[in-house]
Amino acid sequence: MSENYNISSSPHIRSKVTTSNIMLMVIIALLPATAFGVYNFKLSALLVVVITTASAVLTEYIYQKLMHKKVTISDYSAALTGLLLALNLPANAPWWMCILGSVFAILVVKQVFGGLGQNFMNPALGARCFLLISFTGRMTTFVYDGVSGATPLALLKAGESVDVLDMFVGNIAGTIGETSVIAILIGAIFLVVMGVISIRIPVTYILSFTIFVIVFGGHGLDVNYVAAHLCGGGLMLGAWFMATDYVTSPITKSGQIVYGICLGALTGLFRIFGGSAEGVSYAIIFSNLLVPLIEKVTLPKPFGKGGEK
Amino acid sequence: MNRCVERLYNGLIKENPTFVLMLGMCPTLAVTTSAINGVGMGLTTTVVLVMSNMLISMLRKIIPDSVRMPAFIVVVASFVTIVQFLLEGFIPSLYDSLGLYIPLIVVNCIILGRAESYASKNPVLPSIFDGIGMGLGFTVGLTSIGIVREIIGAGQIFGLQIMPEAYEPVTIFILAPGAFLVLSGLVALQNKVKMNLAKKGKEVKQTSGCGDCGSCGNASACGGKVFPTGNEE
Repeated sequence: MSENYNISSSPHIRSKVTTSNIMLMVIIALLPATAFGVYNFKLSALLVVVITTASAVLTEYIYQKLMHKKVTISDYSAALTGLLLALNLPANAPWWMCILGSVFAILVVKQVFGGLGQNFMNPALGARCFLLISFTGRMTTFVYDGVSGATPLALLKAGESVDVLDMFVGNIAGTIGETSVIAILIGAIFLVVMGVISIRIPVTYILSFTIFVIVFGGHGLDVNYVAAHLCGGGLMLGAWFMATDYVTSPITKSGQIVYGICLGALTGLFRIFGGSAEGVSYAIIFSNLLVPLIEKVTLPKPFGKGGEK
Repeated sequence: MNRCVERLYNGLIKENPTFVLMLGMCPTLAVTTSAINGVGMGLTTTVVLVMSNMLISMLRKIIPDSVRMPAFIVVVASFVTIVQFLLEGFIPSLYDSLGLYIPLIVVNCIILGRAESYASKNPVLPSIFDGIGMGLGFTVGLTSIGIVREIIGAGQIFGLQIMPEAYEPVTIFILAPGAFLVLSGLVALQNKVKMNLAKKGKEVKQTSGCGDCGSCGNASACGGKVFPTGNEE
């Protein structure tokens, strides 16, 4: 037998990419934003991050033990969910709120639907919205430098002016992970360079959102206003880290573009015409629900199919 | 008399309208923000159900088959109107909190479903007991959902504070998403209990889960197979 002629069953192509690999890479990419959050909001932010991540992992472990399933905490997906949730919480969130959010994210949004790969919406964002609706006061009270103040987006909505440079660097009030655009972009560039995410979703998201703000924002092509909308709130964190979640975003290339446009339009709609200043998390979980439809519509045709019969 | 007791058991447990038949979901999800609303809605429906079952069973030989649906609706609607006026006159607080959902009892599928599948084919007494059983089953379902939602979402039962002062209510549970979460949780719980019972051999009887395909809107989707209630193993 020739050495070149091996018969084996599929798969024939192997790759070193694994779930835990990718999850770990995203966690690494989130570290700059996390570190800046801890620097910005001091010890309380660190506590929130640790409690939320630990309770997410623990919830997954306990659930899978109780249900006699394979324990999958070593693929880091639960840790990533916990970390993302923590970055979406204000630094002064009480400990029980962190735990409640983690349990909801892992148990209700992820495991009840069948675990990793089966969740219909981003678990971290699902939990954030759960907390946002339940404890609106606590979730929207931000303390920065010992003073509780409104977020730049809320100021913007009230018609006041904001300092865009501060928003870009991150010296503002907000949730732990969303304040510094620089720190988020460092992580995002790392992910794109490593090939973990494609830029298709974030770029269409941000572009369509920009267009929406220019057209409907009521300020026209005011650079300061548009830049403040881009740097404010969870837009950057959401666009680069949560809209690109493999499980809840379309797999077809044209579908990803449709999905990005949906996100941009919805975020703009919620921010400009909605009651609250922020709309990224609702826009993302709403678009998550549209993903099966988008995939169905944008399914590519195999070569040779279709055309005239 | 045995038949009447069997009807009660059937309505309360075996074919509980809320947890097994999944009928009347609209009031179930909408009004159960507190335990007292659940009790009120359940009992109001029970009264209408018993009266309409009784009258339809009496008239079952008079109503021509081809116009039975309009006839049932007229009977049900009359009773709902009576109940609505009585509630407005004597229990205005309940009337205010249930609001639009009282006239909507007319289109509650439990009532029409029982009229179609039971009362129009059976004598008066069993029909009355069927109404009582189904109505109480509905009441139990609504009340348990209401209790859970009220405890978690407001820290109270029937308006009495039971959670400690430090407990912060999870408001989402008295909003619409909470209704779905609690309903699914309770259905899962009772399926689990029933499955355990079935495993021990205490209740091996198969329940089809649905009344009959004629009165079911999902008949085409399920194709005559039993509705998945989790206890068909």
